[in-house]
Amino acid sequence: MTTPTIEIGWARLALASALIMVAIALSAWQRLGLAKSLAIGAIRALVQLTLIGYVLVWLFNTNRWYLVLGVLLLMVLTATLAATARSPGGRPARRRLRPICFVSILLGSSLTIAYVGAVVIDVTPWYNPRYLIPLFGMIVGNAMNGAALAAGRLQSEMASGRAQIEAYLALGASPQQASAEPARRATIAAMIPTINSLAVVGVVSLPGMMTGQILAGSAPTLAVRYQIVVVFMLAAATALTATGIVQWYRRSFFTSAAQLLPPIQL
Amino acid sequence: MNQDKAGRRVLSDLSVSLPKGGFSTLIGPSGAGKTSLLRLLNRLDDPASGTVCFMGRPIADAPVRALRREVGFVFQTPSMFPGTVAQNLLIVPTLGGQAAADPPSVGEALRQVELDTDFEHRIAAELSGGEKQRVALARALMTRPRILLLDEPTAALDPEVAEQLMLTLRRLREDSGLTIVMVTHRLSEARLASTYAVMLEAGRLVEAGPADRFFSTPATARTREFITAGRQGSEPA
Repeated sequence: MTTPTIEIGWARLALASALIMVAIALSAWQRLGLAKSLAIGAIRALVQLTLIGYVLVWLFNTNRWYLVLGVLLLMVLTATLAATARSPGGRPARRRLRPICFVSILLGSSLTIAYVGAVVIDVTPWYNPRYLIPLFGMIVGNAMNGAALAAGRLQSEMASGRAQIEAYLALGASPQQASAEPARRATIAAMIPTINSLAVVGVVSLPGMMTGQILAGSAPTLAVRYQIVVVFMLAAATALTATGIVQWYRRSFFTSAAQLLPPIQL
Repeated sequence: MNQDKAGRRVLSDLSVSLPKGGFSTLIGPSGAGKTSLLRLLNRLDDPASGTVCFMGRPIADAPVRALRREVGFVFQTPSMFPGTVAQNLLIVPTLGGQAAADPPSVGEALRQVELDTDFEHRIAAELSGGEKQRVALARALMTRPRILLLDEPTAALDPEVAEQLMLTLRRLREDSGLTIVMVTHRLSEARLASTYAVMLEAGRLVEAGPADRFFSTPATARTREFITAGRQGSEPA
């Protein structure tokens, strides 16, 4: 059951820009100092989305597995840079965190998309960009947020819990045992947004993918089933990524002689 | 040995021996390097250069976790683990990968630190400062250490509670034969409990010797000056 989608041309898009003008006008009136950021953000969104539209058309037409994989890898790389851009501890901390974050997002997202693509949806060919790219985009977006939350929370828990961690180490505990509580708290912090969204999906929020499919003419029941797959896969990807980051990153807080490094060396 | 901290030299050309079975106190003004030295003794830190030996063998040659079970550490501010006092103590034998050989019972550990056995059911985080410090001490004893390191254990306690803890530590050493090494700001405590004293200043050894002689007839003018200042009440509280 599909109905034709209402076309949005450039003229209609120009009309939509009135909406961002409302936000800019409000900012100027209230002297929030956000007008410039909003204008730059709007232009960036316009350019990025238009370009990705053309990239997707090209990818769908060329339909080559290595190009699809290249785009997926680029998504993970961009997500890694975004997830670590605001992490505290300065450049040395970010340099240490980036490879951990990259591998964790890559593994968490790849395992999830492999299961969804090969087992749940049974995509053919396996690299079909029409499925793989939007699904992987959603997965990486969530994994990125989970990674940023997990890493940030682990850093702050390791800093505030130094006394307790050293108390454990002094009793002969392994770094793994000594950092168990900070690791647990960091993983929970990364999972909470996903758990919250699981609880309200379909009641408070109608997610983008489902809304998009309905607007594009799919039957709502089919869109809902896709959305259920999506929320499950996002939960898996976030859990895998957050666990990977926390388990790997926490090792970097200790020396090989089970000594807690001073915060400045992180 | 030498030690650096945040790019600053905190111990310089230090060489000192501490007697087995003794109660050694490390004294000296703030910034002398007392805590930095103590942390080297169970490898919470490693020296920038030099060697720490235990019974004649470099401690860096021993597995670090096994070393820490032989060389207990009590921090200035006691950090209680979640749960009851008993849970704080019973977690210790589980930390070693395999249970430590014959760990003391909760009751035995509490008796050693002169806490009533009723304490085992109390929530550790809700205890007073002095009680927490005794629980931290009991927790360190759960590995049956041969050496106990104490980093200003009375710094946050009022003088009366601090003195009681000192007496407990002295009896503990006499009864169990533990070797104790304690950092303290309070000369009165050092005199009360120690059998051996070491004075550091600016990361260097000033003087070390048996406590009787150290406090009655110090060998260096600097130690004499420090002890006299302490007697006149100018020692940090």
